[in-house]
Amino acid sequence: MAPIMEFEKPIVNLKEKIKELKAFTENSEIDLKDEIKTLEERLAKLEEDIYGNLKPWNRVQMARHPDRPTTLDYVERLFEDFIEFHGDRLFGEDEAIVSGIAYYKNQPVTIIGHQRGKDTKENIKRNFGMPHPEGYRKALRHMKQAEKFNRPIITFIDTKGAYPGKAAEERGQSEAIAKNLMEMAGLTVPIVCIVIGEGGSGGALGIGVGNHVHMLENSTYSVISPEGAAAILWKDAGEAQRAAESMRITAPDLKKLGVIDEVIPEPKGGAHRDIDKQAAFIDQVLEKSLKELKELSSEDIVEERWQKYKKIGSFQTV
Amino acid sequence: MPLKDFFGKRKKYASIPSEKAKVDVPEGLMQKCDNCKQIYYRKEIVKSLYVCPNCGYHHPMTAWTRIESLFDEGTFQEWDAGLTSANPLNFPDYEEKIKKDRQKTGLNEAVVTGTGVIENNQVAFAVMDSHFRMGSMGSAIGEKITRAIEEARKESIPFIIFTASGGARMQEGLLSLMQMAKTSFAVKRFRDSGNLMISVMTHPTTGGVSASFASIGDYNFAEPGALIGFAGRRIIEQTIREKLPNDFQTAEFQLEHGQIDKVIHRHDMKKMLGKILSMHADGR
Repeated sequence: MAPIMEFEKPIVNLKEKIKELKAFTENSEIDLKDEIKTLEERLAKLEEDIYGNLKPWNRVQMARHPDRPTTLDYVERLFEDFIEFHGDRLFGEDEAIVSGIAYYKNQPVTIIGHQRGKDTKENIKRNFGMPHPEGYRKALRHMKQAEKFNRPIITFIDTKGAYPGKAAEERGQSEAIAKNLMEMAGLTVPIVCIVIGEGGSGGALGIGVGNHVHMLENSTYSVISPEGAAAILWKDAGEAQRAAESMRITAPDLKKLGVIDEVIPEPKGGAHRDIDKQAAFIDQVLEKSLKELKELSSEDIVEERWQKYKKIGSFQTV
Repeated sequence: MPLKDFFGKRKKYASIPSEKAKVDVPEGLMQKCDNCKQIYYRKEIVKSLYVCPNCGYHHPMTAWTRIESLFDEGTFQEWDAGLTSANPLNFPDYEEKIKKDRQKTGLNEAVVTGTGVIENNQVAFAVMDSHFRMGSMGSAIGEKITRAIEEARKESIPFIIFTASGGARMQEGLLSLMQMAKTSFAVKRFRDSGNLMISVMTHPTTGGVSASFASIGDYNFAEPGALIGFAGRRIIEQTIREKLPNDFQTAEFQLEHGQIDKVIHRHDMKKMLGKILSMHADGR
């Protein structure tokens, strides 16, 4: 069973109670139908109250939920004939990023995504979804290929950040990300990016520059982790909740800021409650995006992307 | 309490330097090197462009001192001088911080952009100043740099940037992060137009700035000893649980690891840039 988050405990407790009552009625003569009905109504209201009014911090918890679906969960459900390709041809293979080709509704596409693990063993293999430079370089190699063979690029963003390690620095983490940003600017095929979990700063952006950028309702996208921001600003990582609120890292907030295009809804209680349904919600938005972008010439694809990013920012003149 | 804290030596008293101790060097007349602590006449260190005459340490320069040190006299013309940060997220205390740094530095933002002549070569220019919010990049900086690069493209002149930044500006949230994309897009357009871009990384160049325009010049240079890297040293040490060598993430370290083209001493900067600019102009 999925680990329970503190804020959803009332829901889970009530569900347990209903289950107990139902079990009890089955084995007894007493009719509790009305009571159960009342409780079920209460449950619906409670779910509405809690899941319908998630605070930024609750969404952070959702985005970090150990059972939250990963890139490969969606690849399996949204695409056909996925073939993964490996390696950056320069240093090595980075399993924190998966990349390959597949069919999306009979159209060949290139898929690139951060890949977390769901248990310790897999997380070690995937380096907790935190890429080294070779991950970004592999991604770029595949993006260039997508351009050559005229395939749209779909990226799934789900990382705490680019890996902050010694080897990553030695091999040019900064350069790897910077180069991706620069090269993605010029790609003549459509790029659609979907933030499915945590969008951690430059490590997310390194595969996250697109014509369209969408976010799942309970995913987050942030310039620094709430804990990191709190430690720097208020010298107290315990102020993470306050930082999460101040930095506007949720999908609805970022939509309002004009940084993302669509907020993709999640099933009640979060993506991990119903992965098939979540995939279907993504499917709707993805299909619409690709259809729109298909209408554009390759020059217009590049131009549209430039115009989109050129506008982002808020400043004043004195 | 973790066990290691129990055994570790703990400082019982914090030492707060008295106001008198803080100005142990007479203001204006003498200056102490931040690195070797040698005391000099201020005149002397100003003349050496804030490079310590004893140990060669390159002290951070203000944007305007840098500009004076590089451009042929009277040729520099500033662009977008009045552009400054807004507070798009209504982030607590952000406006006060900006106001304070504007007063402190006389700048409206942590970057000065414009055009000027270096050894007879007309260039577009951006120089960051770490005295303003640690040179952190928010929307105003992204916009100024993007405009400068675009202007250079239209004028078909080289673009030179001196970076000095702790990274993205947290108080503008994701808008800051997106400046990395915005500026890198501008660099792409510029480089594709056949023009020359030179990036000179000065102390410090980290985070979102090192992971965007700072690292994608046609040439990437650095000043001696400059801290250059993506992640902060402390975070890396916590992640890998080992102490990092002293020279980790210095300009020299980056040179050794193939990440930059050249380390250039501040005293040689103008001449070297002039030479490179001329060689590229002559080839066109």
